[in-house]
Amino acid sequence: MMEGTLVKVGMADLNIAHDGSVLKTTGLGSCVGLALYDPQLRIGGMAHIMLPSSDIAREGQLNLAKYADTAVPELLQRMKSKGAITARLIAKMAGGAQMFAFMGGSDTMRIGPRNVEATKLALAHYSIPLVSEDTGGSYGRTVELSIQTGIFSIRSVQFGVKEI
Amino acid sequence: MSLFKNNADFKMDVLREVGNIGAGNAATALSTLLNKPVDMAVPTVNFIPFEEIADRVGGSEAVVIAIFLRVDGDAPGNMFFIINREPARRILQGLLGFNAAENDQYSELELSALSEIGNILAGSYLSSLADFTGLHMSPTVPSLAVDMAGAILSFGLLQFGTMGEDALLIDTTFLEGHQEAEGHFFLIPDPESFDKLFRALGVPI
Repeated sequence: MMEGTLVKVGMADLNIAHDGSVLKTTGLGSCVGLALYDPQLRIGGMAHIMLPSSDIAREGQLNLAKYADTAVPELLQRMKSKGAITARLIAKMAGGAQMFAFMGGSDTMRIGPRNVEATKLALAHYSIPLVSEDTGGSYGRTVELSIQTGIFSIRSVQFGVKEI
Repeated sequence: MSLFKNNADFKMDVLREVGNIGAGNAATALSTLLNKPVDMAVPTVNFIPFEEIADRVGGSEAVVIAIFLRVDGDAPGNMFFIINREPARRILQGLLGFNAAENDQYSELELSALSEIGNILAGSYLSSLADFTGLHMSPTVPSLAVDMAGAILSFGLLQFGTMGEDALLIDTTFLEGHQEAEGHFFLIPDPESFDKLFRALGVPI
């Protein structure tokens, strides 16, 4: 698909990359795959966000990558430590699907759209523009960010590959 | 294990037996439907990282057919019946004489049949559990998806997501003949449900 070293981002995980590598996270359902990119230094970051807000966390040691409100600052921090500048960053994201439709859906059923909303809020807080997104629907996605080009590609079972 | 304070090994054994009873009934139901013997492997109870759960069914990006239903009542949780496309094709063929789905394009009728099969199996799994535990457990309307295993299963893990990086699930593999109908039953009780299950079964908490 794309050249370069593959840097995998697991579920509720985040990572950064440079030097022409590719960041990839697989099997996004209601989770959001968020990519931040500094086009000038060609530094990219990706988070596989599972839940909207760390307020609901009951875990002992908080996994910052898991929640939209903590993943964005953590990703930002890591990218800045490599020289990225917040004002230059752009964001792209995909995911946030509703995998299963139910009548009278509970809060859990709406977790996909809530993840998308919370991620947008967190981006807005740091004034990082969201330049493109492929969110919602009821299908799974696998996403890749090419650090060389900044192209964010999205693969799904039904719709094949698209680039944003 | 952090989820259970005391008697962790004993509790895992009890949950394995819970899976055994539920899945045993479901296997019998499937066997009746197909009019063929259906074997099942001994259920496994796993407390495993989110990352590894999709590996049980071929990996995060593997395309699977999943019937999901939410368990409501005294001990809520999530339940998945997951089969790969080839066994699903054989089940449809064996059960209904359908001869399609070669190209992964399932018709409404096929999807409906698969959903109903999942519904019957999950229903028999749950009702035997409810009888056994004396707890009220009722399934929601089943929902079907043909998609990446990671995208599907992650939905069942959200309740565990607030607690840590692992989920506890009861996994039973079905085998028919030479693995022709291989399918997986996943029961993922909500974290709050374990104490209720144990109390109902007389296990000291």
